Amino acid sequence: MRKQGLQIAGFATVVAAIQLVTSLTGNVYHLTQLTMSAYYSLVVLGLCILTGYAGQISIGHAGFFAIGGYLSALLTTHDLSAHGGLIVSGLAAMGILTRRPDLYGGDLLTVHPWPACIFAVLTAVAIAFAIGGPVLKLKGHYLAMATLGFGIIVYRIVLGTELVGSADGIYNVPAFPLLPGIVVSGKSSLRVMNYYVAWGFVILGMVFLLNLVRSRVGRALASIHGAEDAAEAMGIPTARYKLKIFVVSAAFAAVSGVLLTHYNGGIGPSESSVMKSVRYLAIVAIGGMANLWGTLLMSLLLNYLSLRGYFGTYDDAVFGGILILIMLFAPDGLLRRQLFEELRAAVFPAGGEKET
Amino acid sequence: MKLLSVRSISKRFGGLKAVDNVSFDVPQGAIKALIGPNGAGKTTLFNLLSGFLRPDRGSVVFDGAEVLGLMPHQIAARGMARTFQQTRLFPKMTVLDNILVGRHLHSRGGFVSCMLHLPFLRKEESRARETCREILEFLGLSGQADEEAVRLPYGQQRIVELGRALACDPRILLLDEPAAGLNIRETVKIGKLISRIRERNVTVLLVEHDMSLVMDISDDIVVLSYGQKIAEDKPASIQQDPEVIQVYLGEGDA
Amino acid sequence: MNLDLFLQYMVAGVTYGTIYGIVAVGFNMIYNATGIINFAQGEFVMLGGMTAVTLGRFLPLPAAILGAVLITMIVGALLEILFIRWLHRPSVLRMIVITIGLSILIREGALHIWGESVRALPYFTGTSVTSIRLGGVYISPQVLWVVGIGAVVVAILAGFFRYTLLGMQMRACAANRDAARLCGISAKNMVTFSFMLSAGIGALGGCIVSPITYVQYDSGVPLAIKGFTVAILGGLGNSLASAGAGMLLGILESLSISVLPAAYKDVISVAILLGILFVRPSGLFGSVEEARLKEF
Repeated sequence: MRKQGLQIAGFATVVAAIQLVTSLTGNVYHLTQLTMSAYYSLVVLGLCILTGYAGQISIGHAGFFAIGGYLSALLTTHDLSAHGGLIVSGLAAMGILTRRPDLYGGDLLTVHPWPACIFAVLTAVAIAFAIGGPVLKLKGHYLAMATLGFGIIVYRIVLGTELVGSADGIYNVPAFPLLPGIVVSGKSSLRVMNYYVAWGFVILGMVFLLNLVRSRVGRALASIHGAEDAAEAMGIPTARYKLKIFVVSAAFAAVSGVLLTHYNGGIGPSESSVMKSVRYLAIVAIGGMANLWGTLLMSLLLNYLSLRGYFGTYDDAVFGGILILIMLFAPDGLLRRQLFEELRAAVFPAGGEKET
Repeated sequence: MKLLSVRSISKRFGGLKAVDNVSFDVPQGAIKALIGPNGAGKTTLFNLLSGFLRPDRGSVVFDGAEVLGLMPHQIAARGMARTFQQTRLFPKMTVLDNILVGRHLHSRGGFVSCMLHLPFLRKEESRARETCREILEFLGLSGQADEEAVRLPYGQQRIVELGRALACDPRILLLDEPAAGLNIRETVKIGKLISRIRERNVTVLLVEHDMSLVMDISDDIVVLSYGQKIAEDKPASIQQDPEVIQVYLGEGDA
Repeated sequence: MNLDLFLQYMVAGVTYGTIYGIVAVGFNMIYNATGIINFAQGEFVMLGGMTAVTLGRFLPLPAAILGAVLITMIVGALLEILFIRWLHRPSVLRMIVITIGLSILIREGALHIWGESVRALPYFTGTSVTSIRLGGVYISPQVLWVVGIGAVVVAILAGFFRYTLLGMQMRACAANRDAARLCGISAKNMVTFSFMLSAGIGALGGCIVSPITYVQYDSGVPLAIKGFTVAILGGLGNSLASAGAGMLLGILESLSISVLPAAYKDVISVAILLGILFVRPSGLFGSVEEARLKEF
């Protein structure tokens, strides 16, 4: 436990250091991409637990991200003033709705971001529960295809539905006041705050996941991945556990979707595309399938580079290429523990003694 | 008292009757063996008893309750643990961790508690580890606790799997060919372990090919051939049973 | 909906269904030989169409198609040799991810070669407005080409696998790799060959359907999904059933437009895929035991 505390503290220090460096060098605008990287990392971390520890591949996780993001966006931008009626008045009375000015000087009656967020995440979780059961009974190719199919359905639905903006998506999504004084928003004046908020969420998520992995449940999940029959024979309810971890990973993706949408002020159909799902998977693969820290570091790096445009028009190709290379040559990921052992053994051959 | 009662169990795969109307009982505290030539249906029977396969007909009453139709993890929760014919240790996990999985049924802590790392978990974990160390000592593997389980020599792997099943605190232990692939010395060792398991108040039902082991430690033997039970008796009588001899050695052999 | 409209939908359904069937046949071939589902299957179709259009600039149509098919077959072989051949007992996860990655790379390559523009081969006979009247329905002669060539391909394949030595060797390899090798059949070459054949068939499909459906650098993915759906629907590995299942999916999809907004057309096939996977992964014609045995 202490070791984990140190790791978290160390990472938090790195996060703070990066922010300070950007302030000092005047590159504060980099914080935007770093903040977005943080939110994308939440999805990746959830996927890492699912794929790496529980061994269930998913190429449709962007779908959960989109469900979270789109629902929150829709609820917080859709004007309910026109709808009279009991439900609307009832919701307004409960304080769920807010009135705010829109771009054109008019008035908007929408759902407040907090209830919208809760609703969005709960919906995503409910959907994960619903499809998780049948999907997780599948194995291998079938499982991959089913998750791919799920992602495609979400993509097609948001692309083809006018209510959520079709190809344009939803924009003018308001800021998300999390707590008094803390707002998730893309405003440049709040850049530093949002950077810390985003990475705060990531650190919180890491704490939860690290706790899980090193616990009795984490052991059970690893055993399911290692030998499902044997795990079942030891009294572990494998189907139920697979479902729960699937739901947890979907929740991570949905929360990420909600927060990033409010940060960006909008969301578009590309967030639920197959390529996005593949990206998440590529990052998990390169970070080391069962390696939370490795995956986090890779996510920070790759997302940042991609968002800053370093990969240019070859963005998708890079992630596709990464996937292939990793799977061909290092299926357990680059940052796996064994690699460190091998390196250490190469440099210090026998029990710590340096070669003279 | 009959801990396990198997009645008229049958299972067919397509045209093949893998298990055909088999019935027998296992009294509490006994060591009962299931023998028969290859393909006689022994592992299929185990899969039927432990919930991995659903029988076409029959009933399985364990500790007074019908367990037919239950999921394997539910049957395990009721006190029936099993091992597998080919070792199914969890790769990338140490010996201790493998055995710890066996304590899953007897420890608390769900997803939420674990994510939040609630205080009671620490005590649960140390209790579980304590029990596992005790089991490791019983098995004679204390020194290997932190080795990666799948890297141990095969004989020790089988013992680890035995220990893992033992960690479930079962009332009955189903052992599928515990001596498979073991040399004479290892077989004797496993035989001793199984006898000492009985002393821990665990009933044992084992499938085995190694006749010396079977004759040595079992109270009772059930003989299967082509899915049917052809004999059930004490070891000494089974050895003399002409039908059993014929099934194993063929016709016309003295 | 009157009879004529219904028949028009049927014709569209059969046309698309043929393509889906062709993609499914490609899936089955590789699956039978290797146990791998080739996620890049749709890209072969796309490559065939796009290459043919480029070749068609300076070659007569039949030569362009032949050229496209040959080039795609080479690509298929290269893919297998470079990325798959030397893997030693790869896990399912690895294979899935590798073929997904390959499909992405091919797609990105196509994007950089041909850009985002939509291409099409000229109609084999007539133009886009020629139509033949069959009963109460107006069909483009291209439809007849599609269905005709599709049927010929299936027939030739069936004959190839049943009556030629090479075909039988491939089947032997698919059924029991080790036994086949003991008979002197080079399993590795059979696998490469199945990739080539699969790529070629896909490419041909891409060529014949492009006048009607147009091809674009990303036409591959939806085709792969639908092809996979059809392959599963017919029972993975069963090519003949794929043909029938292809028709079924094509028609269902086509008819669905009359009740759902067209934007949701792709959702139908994916929903069908999920439905089958959940309810009966062995497909309509496959055996449940066999599906379980072909273990992953």
